[in-house]
Amino acid sequence: MGQKLLMKGNEAIAEAAVRAGCLHYFGYPITPQTEIAHYMARKLPKVGGVFLQAESEVAAINMVYGAGSTGTRVMTSSSSPGISLKQEGLSYLAGSQVPAVVVNIVRGGPGLGGIQPAQSDYFQACKGGGHGDYRQIVLAPSSVQELYELTVEAFNLADRYRIVAMILGDGILGQMMEVVEFRDEEPIEHYEKPWATTGHGGAREQNVITSIHLSPAVLEKMNQNLQAKYEIIKQKECRYELYNHEEAELFIVAYGTVARIAKSVIEMAKREGINVGLIRPVTLWPFPQEAFEKVIDRAKAFLTVEMSSGQMLEDVLLAVNGRRKVYFHGRMGGMVPVRDDIMNIVRDIYKRHVKKAE
Amino acid sequence: MVHEIILAGFGGQGILSAGRILAYAGMLDGKQVSWLPSYGPEMRGGTANSSVVISDNPVDSPVLNSCNALIVMNRPSLDKFESVVEEGGIIIIDSSIVDRDIKRSDIASFKIPATQIASDMGNMAFANIILLGKLISERKTVTVENFEKALYAVLPERKHNLIPDEMKALRIGMEYAAE
Repeated sequence: MGQKLLMKGNEAIAEAAVRAGCLHYFGYPITPQTEIAHYMARKLPKVGGVFLQAESEVAAINMVYGAGSTGTRVMTSSSSPGISLKQEGLSYLAGSQVPAVVVNIVRGGPGLGGIQPAQSDYFQACKGGGHGDYRQIVLAPSSVQELYELTVEAFNLADRYRIVAMILGDGILGQMMEVVEFRDEEPIEHYEKPWATTGHGGAREQNVITSIHLSPAVLEKMNQNLQAKYEIIKQKECRYELYNHEEAELFIVAYGTVARIAKSVIEMAKREGINVGLIRPVTLWPFPQEAFEKVIDRAKAFLTVEMSSGQMLEDVLLAVNGRRKVYFHGRMGGMVPVRDDIMNIVRDIYKRHVKKAE
Repeated sequence: MVHEIILAGFGGQGILSAGRILAYAGMLDGKQVSWLPSYGPEMRGGTANSSVVISDNPVDSPVLNSCNALIVMNRPSLDKFESVVEEGGIIIIDSSIVDRDIKRSDIASFKIPATQIASDMGNMAFANIILLGKLISERKTVTVENFEKALYAVLPERKHNLIPDEMKALRIGMEYAAE
């Protein structure tokens, strides 16, 4: 590993994008992620790229659509209300199979909401915020180091599958500073892009980037191709972390900032002789079913903790599929779960499911 | 040892940069660190705070619901955060600005007229550094050597000529016999 820096999460995302070869950034400022735009405005002109503050989020995502169509690496970023405005564009990108990286540093909603951290855009990110049968890869970092590494990875995944890869963070991750250790060289994957609209001087057939297919038969075939691609991604690209899972009988399921708080709860629980494991999905779509299969035989119950009313909870319920009891604890509106509160719930679940059995 | 520190005051008193310098020095000491600013609309002209964690182990949560050291540079911050200091913790108060004592008896407080001292030194902006000095001497949060290095790393180059005076301010804070 190379250089170590104390960096804000938002800055780490931007630096990672530049390192990954991102040449274009289009965006519109919104708290708590504006430092990404600041950083890109400073850096991109120096590497021969383009930074452009668009007149709106809708304009920005369509600029991404245009730049991505030429096969160059492109990114936009925003926070919840701004990401809502981009949904039409995201659906078009999916339909046209144009790769792009989109960052959502989530704040409390609905509506204009607030500016404090939340995880309440899980449904929008993972279940299709725009129209049509489409998916995007959703990556959920939980440290500044991971914001850097997963942003680089997002560009590779986007190109590999001609898909939108979204970084789903929250206001804490964007605003906090932590030590980041940068690699000397980034693992950039280079892909041929014969589909890109690059100009050809009559040397080949015209490439057309579009999502319109008026014939239902053609459109169905296109959808089947998309679904086949999504199936491959589900098989190959699930990522997760299992923490303290070897002996545990109770499991917390949490991602991002909340997974960090869960780890401090696990340490508290250890001191009381309660063994709690953590399942931390790193890809939210595809959702890492495999992590649950690894622990289900030993697990007596699960506790999902989120900064939402229980959105990932639905995927956890599907993964567990009635085999075990799943509990939930959530805070909303920018409030962050408190470790003492989670610990109280853990004690309660322990009494009900583990102690009684002994 | 985990140092969980909240720094709070008015926007413009150097609350956020004091936290960053501390976190940076912790990193140079080889510790795991995190720094989290308040980023609400209250930052403009109102109160600002930052949370710093310096630990031997990976930092679980950068969000502090309680702390073991608190630095306050205005009255609203003392009112807001006095109750979150853990038993046995400390509060360091800029007594040029904060006009009350702490109410609790299970924690220690150190009152230093930091803004007055800094003003006498010719630069009000050193007040935060004086308070950090007391924190470092009381809690051994970071080493003085790496604190100085952190100043060079965090402050913009145009302010580097001030660093020798900032180090003087730090030592004044470290040696101040607070009430």
